[in-house]
Amino acid sequence: MGSSQTQKKKPYLSALVWGTVSVALYIVLLSNQDLINANFANGGVYAFLPIAAAFLFSLVHGSFTGHFWTVMGVEAAKKHKEVK
Amino acid sequence: MHEVINQAASFIHLDAMTILYLFGVGFVGGLVSGFIGSGGAFVMTPAMMSLGVPGLVAVASNMCHKFPKALIGAIKRAKYGQVDVKLGIVLGISAEAGVLIGAGIQENIKKAYGEAGSNLYVSAAFVVILAVVGGFVLFDAWKTYKGGNTDLEEKKTKLAAWVQSINIPGTMVYFKSMDAKISVLFTIPLGFATGLLAATIAVGGFIGVPSMIYVMGVPSMMASASELVIAFVMGLGGSFKYAMHGLVDIRLAMIILCGSLFGIQLGAIGTTYVKPYMIKVVMGVIMVIVLFSRGLMVPVYMSQLGIISPLAEGTMKLMKNVSFGIMGFALIVGAFIVLRAMWQGKRAERLATAREGLIHG
Repeated sequence: MGSSQTQKKKPYLSALVWGTVSVALYIVLLSNQDLINANFANGGVYAFLPIAAAFLFSLVHGSFTGHFWTVMGVEAAKKHKEVK
Repeated sequence: MHEVINQAASFIHLDAMTILYLFGVGFVGGLVSGFIGSGGAFVMTPAMMSLGVPGLVAVASNMCHKFPKALIGAIKRAKYGQVDVKLGIVLGISAEAGVLIGAGIQENIKKAYGEAGSNLYVSAAFVVILAVVGGFVLFDAWKTYKGGNTDLEEKKTKLAAWVQSINIPGTMVYFKSMDAKISVLFTIPLGFATGLLAATIAVGGFIGVPSMIYVMGVPSMMASASELVIAFVMGLGGSFKYAMHGLVDIRLAMIILCGSLFGIQLGAIGTTYVKPYMIKVVMGVIMVIVLFSRGLMVPVYMSQLGIISPLAEGTMKLMKNVSFGIMGFALIVGAFIVLRAMWQGKRAERLATAREGLIHG
C-alpha cells in the first residue's frame, strides 16, 4: 500500500476540506432536527428533500471517506486482478 | 393519490449513544456491502427497530441510506474495472418492477394473515432461499478452495454456458462482464426475482449476485460490484416512494450513511487484495448464519398464528433476542473475514515488493 517506489503525495488538504464540509453538514443536520423532520417528512413533492440530501451527503462524505483511507495508507492493491 | 403518513412526530430522539450505535452498525454493514455488493440491510432495519423506530420508518430510512452508499461503492469499484454499468441498470430496472409486485404480495399476506402471518412468510422465504442459495455458494467456494483452484480463472457453469448460447433475435444485448451477448429474456426475470426478494427479505443481493455468477456467467468480482448499481437503482426508486409518504427519517439515514461510507470504501479496497472465491466465502457464510437467525423466529410466528401450541412470553423474547444477536454475529463474521483477507493480501504484496527490491537492488 504505502510501499510504492514512487512515493505519491497524500491528499491531506482534500481530506481536510471534504472532512470539514462533511462535519458542517452533520452539525446542521443534528442541530436543526425539529425543523428538518418537519419539512423532510411532509411527503408529496417534499420527497425531493431527503433524496437531494442523500445525494449531497454521499458526494461530500463519500469524497471525505475516500481521501481519509488514502491518507491512512489504505489503498487498492498495486497489481490488483483486472477482471476482463 | 398517495397517502401521506407524516411520521415526523414519532421520529425518535437521538442521543450520543444512539448516534454511535447507528454509526457502528453502518460501518460494519458498509464494509460487507463494499465487498459482496449487498448485506447489512438485514441487520440495519431490526437495529433501528430495536431503538423504537416504527417498522416502516426503519425500512424507509434504511433504503434512503442504501442508495447513496451503493452509489459511492459502485464508483469506487468502477475505478478498479469491476463494474458492468449496463448490466446493473438493466437488472436494476427489472428489479424495481419486482419490488413493486413483492410489496403488493406482502401487503396482501398482511391483510389476510396479519402481522404474524406476514412475518412467518418473510422468515420462511429467508430460510428456504438462504438454505438453497447460501448452501450452494458456500459449497462452491469450498470446492474451489479444496481443489486448489483459487488462482485459476473462474469457470462458467454449464447453465451459464447454455444461457449465453441461446440466441433470440431482437433481444440480444452485449455485456462486457460476460464478454458475450445474452437475451434480455433471461436478464429481466432474474432482475425481477432479485427485486421480489428485496421487497420480501430486504437483501436482493443474496439472489442477484449468485444469479449473475451461476446463471449468467459473470465473474464474482464483477457480479458483486455490479450488484451495487442494482442496489442504487432499486434504492433510489424505493426511497422516493417512501419519501412521498413522509416515512424517511433523514437523520437516521444520514447517520448510518456516515458510518457506512467509511465501511464501503474499505470493503471496495478489500476486493483488490483477495482472490475472487473470497466473495463467495463471505457471501455464503453470512447467508448460512442469517438462515439460523431467521429459522429461530419461525416457531415464534407459528405460535402467534396458533399453528403450534403457544410459547411462553419469556421464551419468545429470548428467541427474538438470540435471533437478532445471530444476525449481528453474521455481519461481524463477514466483516472479520473481509478485514483478515485484506490484511493477508496487503502483507503478501509488501513481501512481493520487498523481494522485487532485493532482486533489482
